[in-house]
Amino acid sequence: MAFPETHRSLVLAVRSADAAERERALETVVAAYWRPVYRHVRGRFRVSAEEAEDLAQGFFAAALEKGWLARYEPARGRFRSYLLACLQAFVANQRRDGRRLKRGGGLTHVPLETRDADGETRELQLADKSDLEADFQREWARGLFALAVRALRERCRGTSREVAFALFERYDLEGQDAAEPPRYADLAEEFGVPVTQVTNHLHWARRELRKAVLETLREITASEEEYRAEARALFGGEPR
Amino acid sequence: MNTPSDRALDRLRDVAQWPDLSGTRYELVGEVARGGMGVVYRARDRELERDVALKVIGAFAADEDTVARLRREARILARLEHPGIVPVHDVGVLPDGRVYYAMKLVSGKRLDELLAEGLPLRERLRLLLRVCEPVAFAHAHGVIHRDLKPENVMVGPFGEVLVMDWGVAKHVGEARGPLAASASAGAAPHATAHGTIVGTPAYMAPEQARGEVERVDARSDVYALGAILYFMLTGRAPGRGAASPDATTRTWAASRHAPAAAGIVAPRELDPDLPRPLEAICLEALALEPERRYPGAAELAADVSRFLEGERVLAFPESLLGRARRFASRHRTLLLVLLAYVVMRVVLLLVARV
Repeated sequence: MAFPETHRSLVLAVRSADAAERERALETVVAAYWRPVYRHVRGRFRVSAEEAEDLAQGFFAAALEKGWLARYEPARGRFRSYLLACLQAFVANQRRDGRRLKRGGGLTHVPLETRDADGETRELQLADKSDLEADFQREWARGLFALAVRALRERCRGTSREVAFALFERYDLEGQDAAEPPRYADLAEEFGVPVTQVTNHLHWARRELRKAVLETLREITASEEEYRAEARALFGGEPR
Repeated sequence: MNTPSDRALDRLRDVAQWPDLSGTRYELVGEVARGGMGVVYRARDRELERDVALKVIGAFAADEDTVARLRREARILARLEHPGIVPVHDVGVLPDGRVYYAMKLVSGKRLDELLAEGLPLRERLRLLLRVCEPVAFAHAHGVIHRDLKPENVMVGPFGEVLVMDWGVAKHVGEARGPLAASASAGAAPHATAHGTIVGTPAYMAPEQARGEVERVDARSDVYALGAILYFMLTGRAPGRGAASPDATTRTWAASRHAPAAAGIVAPRELDPDLPRPLEAICLEALALEPERRYPGAAELAADVSRFLEGERVLAFPESLLGRARRFASRHRTLLLVLLAYVVMRVVLLLVARV
C-alpha cells in the first residue's frame, strides 16, 4: 500500500500561529492520547482511577499551559516517547509535591468508558515495563481507530453513504462484541438492501476506514519517518 | 460507539489491511496466514469459480526490496512445476498499489501440526522423503529454498506434501553444490543483500546464519532438511549451541562426526530407541561444514530410502550383524513363518526316520 505523499502533522500544528488550527490540533492530539496517558498513569504509578483521571487531565492542562507539546522536536525521536517522558516527569513532580490537581484545567473532559470490565482488570495486571508499553501502544491504537471511525462517520453523515457506515458499525464494530456477528442476510433484511449491496457497502466502508486511519496517523505523527514507523507498528508487516 | 472494544479494535486492524480487490476477478473471503513479507488471503476467483490463495504484500511493507522479493518468489514458483510445489496462477498490482500473486489454495495441515499428532517412525520418514522430492527438483533447477522448516510444509488430506513459502528462495544457476555458489552472485540482485541473514535460526545452516552468502548452496537446504528430520525424530529443533553439554547430555562429540555436528545433542540421547543409522543420517545432514553433508536433497532422500528398505546407509558403517538384527526386527512375522516351516520339516524328517 502506497504511503500518501504529503505530511500534514497536527503534532506540529499545536504551535501554529493560526488559533483555529492550533485548537483543532490540540483537540486531536488530546483525543488520541488521553486514554493511553490515563492508563499509563494508573498502571505505572498504581493510583486509583479517580486520581489517574485527575493526573491525566492535569498533565494535558499543564502541557498546553507550559507549551510542552509545542516544544517537541521531531528530530529527537517519536512524539509518543516525548509525551511519555513529559508525563513521567509531570507525575513524579506532582507526587513529590504531594499535590492533587483539580479536574479540568480548561480541557474538555474525556469520560472513561466503564462498560469494559476486562479493561479494568487488565489495568491492575500491568506488571512490568513491557506490559505498560504494550498497553500504551494498544490504547494509542484504540484512540487512533476511534478518531478514524469518527472521521468516517462524519464523512458519511447526510450522504448516500450513511447506510454504508451504519452497516459497517453494525457488522465490524458492534457485531464483534455480540456472541455471534450478524449474518449478511440478516443485515440485508434489516436495512432493506440486497445482500450484494451489504458486501459492497462494507467493502467501501473498510476501504475508507483505511484511508481515514492513515490520514489520522499522519496528523498525530510529526515526521514522515515516524509516520511510517508507527504504521508498521500498528499493522505489522515489517519486512524480514 | 466512541471507543472500540478489544475485539472490535482487532477487527478494525484487520479490515483496514484487507487488500482492495475492486475491479479484479477476485473476491476476498478471509485471511489464511501472515508472514514477514505479506499476508495470504483466501479469495474467490469469480471467472473460474474456484477459491485461490492470494499472497499480498504487507500493508506497510511496500519497500522496493519486499516488492522485488514477492515478484521473484512468484517467478520462481512459476518456473518450478512440480506436484510438491504450489502452482502460481497470476501476478499483478491491486488498486491500492500492493503487489500480489494468486496461487492454488492448499488445504491440509502444517507438518509440525501433523507430527504433533504422533505418527509412526516409518510414516514420518516417508513424509521426509516427500519433502525432499520438490526440494531436490528445485536444486536440479538451480534454486535453493533457504527457509525449510516444518511450518513451511503442508500435508494435504490425501497425503500430498507441498513445500511452501519460497519468499527467500534464491536462484543459483543450473549447477548444484559448490558450483551453484559461484553462480549465485548477481543472479538475483534484489534477492538479499550480501551478508543479509534470511531463514529461521533453528533450521538454518551455520554458513547461512553467519551471513556467508557465497557459501550458501543446496547443502544449506540439506542442513534444514536434516533439522526437519531431527524434529521428526526428537520432537524439537536441533538449535545448534542452544544445548549445553553436561554430565547427562552426550553430544555428538563422542562419535566419528565429532567436529562436524558438534554442539547438537545427538537424537539418541533424547530417544535411545532410535536406530543408530538414522541418527547418523540426521547428523550427517546437520554437519557443521557443508562439505561433510549430503551434496543435495536427492542424496539425503536416497540414504533415508536405504534405511527404510533395510539396506546399509552411507552415513553409518553398520555391521552385518546390525543389519541382520534390523532386518529381523522389520520382517519378524516372515522370519517366524520361515522358522516354523523349517522346524516342521525337521520334525517331519526325524519322524520319518523313526
